[in-house]
Formats: sequence, structure tokens, C-alpha cells
Amino acid sequence: MRKSITLYGMAFSVPLLLWQLVFFLTPLVFLVALSFWTVRNFRMEPAFVFSNWSHVLSRGVFWDAYVRTLLLSASTAIITSAIAFPCAYAIAFKLSEQARRWIVFLMVLPFFTSYLVRIYSWQIFLSDNGIFNALFAKIGLGPYGMLNSVFGQMVGYLTLSLPLVILLQLFSLVFVDRNLIEAAHNLRCGRLRTVFEVIIPAGKVGLVVAALFCFILTFGDFVSPLYLGGGDPPTLSILITDTTKSGQQWPRAAVIALAMIATLLAVAFAAVRIAYRERGR
Amino acid sequence: MTHDRNIAIDWALKTYIALALAFIFAPIAASFVFSFNIDRFPSLPLGGFSTVWYEAVANDPLVFEGLLNTLIVGVLVSALSTVLGFGAAYTDFRYSFFGKTVYVALAMLPPTIPVVILGLAMLAFLSNISLSGAIHSVIIAHVVMCAPFAMAITRLRLSQMDPSLEAAAWNLGASEWMAMRHVIIPFCKPAIFASLMITMAVSFDEFAVSWFVSGLNETLPVKVLGFLQGQVSPRINVIGTFVFVASITLVILAQMLIVKRSNAPSAATNGASSA
Repeated sequence: MRKSITLYGMAFSVPLLLWQLVFFLTPLVFLVALSFWTVRNFRMEPAFVFSNWSHVLSRGVFWDAYVRTLLLSASTAIITSAIAFPCAYAIAFKLSEQARRWIVFLMVLPFFTSYLVRIYSWQIFLSDNGIFNALFAKIGLGPYGMLNSVFGQMVGYLTLSLPLVILLQLFSLVFVDRNLIEAAHNLRCGRLRTVFEVIIPAGKVGLVVAALFCFILTFGDFVSPLYLGGGDPPTLSILITDTTKSGQQWPRAAVIALAMIATLLAVAFAAVRIAYRERGR
Repeated sequence: MTHDRNIAIDWALKTYIALALAFIFAPIAASFVFSFNIDRFPSLPLGGFSTVWYEAVANDPLVFEGLLNTLIVGVLVSALSTVLGFGAAYTDFRYSFFGKTVYVALAMLPPTIPVVILGLAMLAFLSNISLSGAIHSVIIAHVVMCAPFAMAITRLRLSQMDPSLEAAAWNLGASEWMAMRHVIIPFCKPAIFASLMITMAVSFDEFAVSWFVSGLNETLPVKVLGFLQGQVSPRINVIGTFVFVASITLVILAQMLIVKRSNAPSAATNGASSA
């Protein structure tokens, strides 16, 4: 803004830079080196071998988990976005300023409650003699096996990501130009058509970013798959925790982590491309 | 006719919001209710009201140990993150230099990396330099994750400040450090307190990275993770309710400090003149 950075300026900028370089970036880069190390007698030794890569990448378990995790996270991103949109739309366009502020506050609250406790709590709802099945029994239905299923896992993913997706969508919808909507109405554009042809294209960047964050969150989560999904077959995150904590095979876990990072980068890149693609026609 | 239809749709949409909120708060409410339930296994109808699980938790030395670790970590992490985040926010506010985009990106990136990957990377790196398996490893990791929040909160506050305020102080003969002490810091005070609270709340609930790097010095959420792997226990509900109340208190305090800002835009000038 004014002049080049002085000693005074450095005093403020350098501490965080150093901290994140040493304790954030270096560990991530170290993962790459680690993936080429060897393990002998439960001890890791620096080396440059490709055996970890070939071991992990040649196993069916890894690829099953990979495809499964990718598909689950992608479908969660789509489903969550679809569930969140009417909510974000209603908050943005149907509520007063004050009501909106309250709802935003309520949506932020879950970030400060224990995710573990919420997942445990869903077990109370979903288990075979849980709250839902007790209610179903009252109307003569069930029992349904909801725990340790893909359904349970999705409930967990939704718990994790729904508030964030609603908030991100909301922020993009609030900034949609009201004149555009007004113009659409004046041109006799129906409500649903306005949503699909005016509001969604106008808020596209925010909607895609919201879906991307949902994907990132669910892709890396190991709690929902383990405690609501049953953990079998495992997701990539479960493979990492298992390989790290019980197997002592950190180099192999590093390979899985790097595969995840590569996937996330590819998905993020694709999402940004979609978000900023010129509106055709 | 169309008018009536609009009202119906508006009501449907509002009901939809209520349903979404119900989904989001159902697990939180249930853990609160079942923490007072006398039965060991959660089911409907509820057993009797009881505080046995609270007593069980209060008398559990393991929980106490975890709580102590959580508090030590939380306090130190919030202080460190706030200092680092403040510096970064001020840098972003005041300076432009080559590579600033990279600087800001590096500062804001950690929350976008999945926690399992962060956890593994930090465990591997810290143990390689013999820093893992202790309480300071958790602090190091949490600061990485919390500093971006501190930076964002302070940056938001600084964006409401007139940059010429600082320049005015210099023109009146204040050194850069004096202007920092008497103008910038007083103006940022609400954000600094808010960031102390928010980062502490984030640290209180973080379990994944702590689980990787903590070794034997487990924080409370890591102990909860352990409980989850073991038997069914209403103690998780008790701990959850406790952590919820603690975090919410911090968040509401932070919220009040942030809201105060919008009601009293002259706070900066007051702070500057009274200092």
C-alpha cells in the first residue's frame, strides 16, 4: 500500500509465515518424501524406493475404497446441495433481515458442538431399537436397519456438511442482484423459471464452491463412515487411520494421503473451471 | 389467485427451513436430553431424570486429565493463534509486496486440507524431529488450524477501519509502534477477544489431528473418540453437553463482542483518545 516492508512490518508478517511454513507446508511436503521410505522392524528409514506406491496401488482394497469414497463424496456433495438450496433460497429471499441474522447464528452454532457427540447421538436415533424405529413401530412399520449402512453414513455426512453448505449458498444468493429477479418477474418469468434461469446462474460460483467444500469435508471424514456406516468396506480416511495407528506403515498411509490430495486438487480444479465457465447461449 | 399460491409457497419454504434446523439440532438436543436419562442404553420412552452420568464423569480421573489437557491446549492455542493471526491480518491490511497472494493463501489454506491428512503429515513430521506424542505437539497442530480463523476475524475488523487513521497518528508524531499501540490495537480489541474465544472453541472440539499427534496426552475429545470405540455410554452425552455449553458460551461472548462493533462504530476513536 505505501512502502516496501520494514523491520516493523516484518515483526507482524514473519511469525505466521514461519509457523505455517514449518508446521503446515513442510509436513505436507514431508509426506511426499515419506512415501518413498522403508519400514524395517517397525522403524522407518529414509530411502528412495517405490515399493510403498506399488504395494498400495496394486491392491484391490485401495481401489475399492478409492472409487467408493469418491462416489460417496461426490453424491453427498450433490445431494447436500440439493437439500440445502431451497433452505438457502428461502433464507435469502423470504426472511426479514433480522430473522436471517438469527438463522445464520443458528447455522454457525453446530460448528462449535462436538461432531463426535453428534455422531454418537445419531446412533441413538438410528440403531435397531433406537428412536426412529420406536416411532416406526408405533405406526406398525419397521424395524429398519439404518445403522451401519450407507444411509447412516449419509446422515453423518449431512450432519457434517449441511450447515456449511447452506451458509455458503446463502452468501452467494444474498448478493444476487435483486433487479435481475425483478426484471425476470416483469418479463412474466414464473417463479421456478426465475430460480433456474436467473438465480442459479447468478449464484453459480457460490453454489459450486459450497458443493466443493461439502466434497472436501466428506472425502476426509472418518467418523461418519466408521460409526454410522460401519466402517466396512473402509473409506480412504479409514484406511489412513488404520494404516497409521495399528499398522505402523506410515509410508503406505502417506501414499494414500497423497492420492487423496491429488484427487482433491483435481476436483477443486474442475469445480473452479465449472464455476467460472462463461454462461453459454 | 397467484397471490394465494405465493403465500402457500412461502409457508412451505419456511417450514422447510424449520425442518433443516430440526435435522441439524436433533443430535445436539438428543445428547442433551439423554445425558439426564437414567438408563444406560438410550431408548424411548425415556427412563427417569438423573444426574448419575454427570457424577460418573465428574469422578472419572481420566476425564479430568483430558479436560486439563484440553484447557491447557485451548488457552495456549488461542493466545498463540490470535497473535499470529493478528500479525497476518495487519500485514494483509497494510502492505502490498511481491508474493502477497501466496502469503495470504498459505495463511488461509489449512482448513481446506482434510484432517486425516493433516494429522498424518504432522504426526510423521513431528515424530521425525522428536516433537510428537506430547501436549506441545497438539498445541503446534492446533495453532496451524486455528490461526486462519484468527486472521479472518481480525482482517474483517480491520477492513472497517479508515486506513488514514493510522497515517494521521504518524503525522501527529506517533511512531509506527505507538500508532499500533494506541490506534490499531484499541480498534481491533473486539476482534482480538472474539478471535481468542473462537480459536479456543475450535481447539476444544478438535479431535482428529489431536488423536494422531497427542500420544498419551489425550485431550477430552480424543477421549470421547476412545469412548465411541468402546461400550455404549451416556457419559459421551454428558461430556458433549459440557463441551457444548463451554463452546457456546465462548461463541456467544465472541458474538457479543462482534455485534458491539456495529452498534458503536466510534469505539476506535474513543479507544485512541482515552489511551
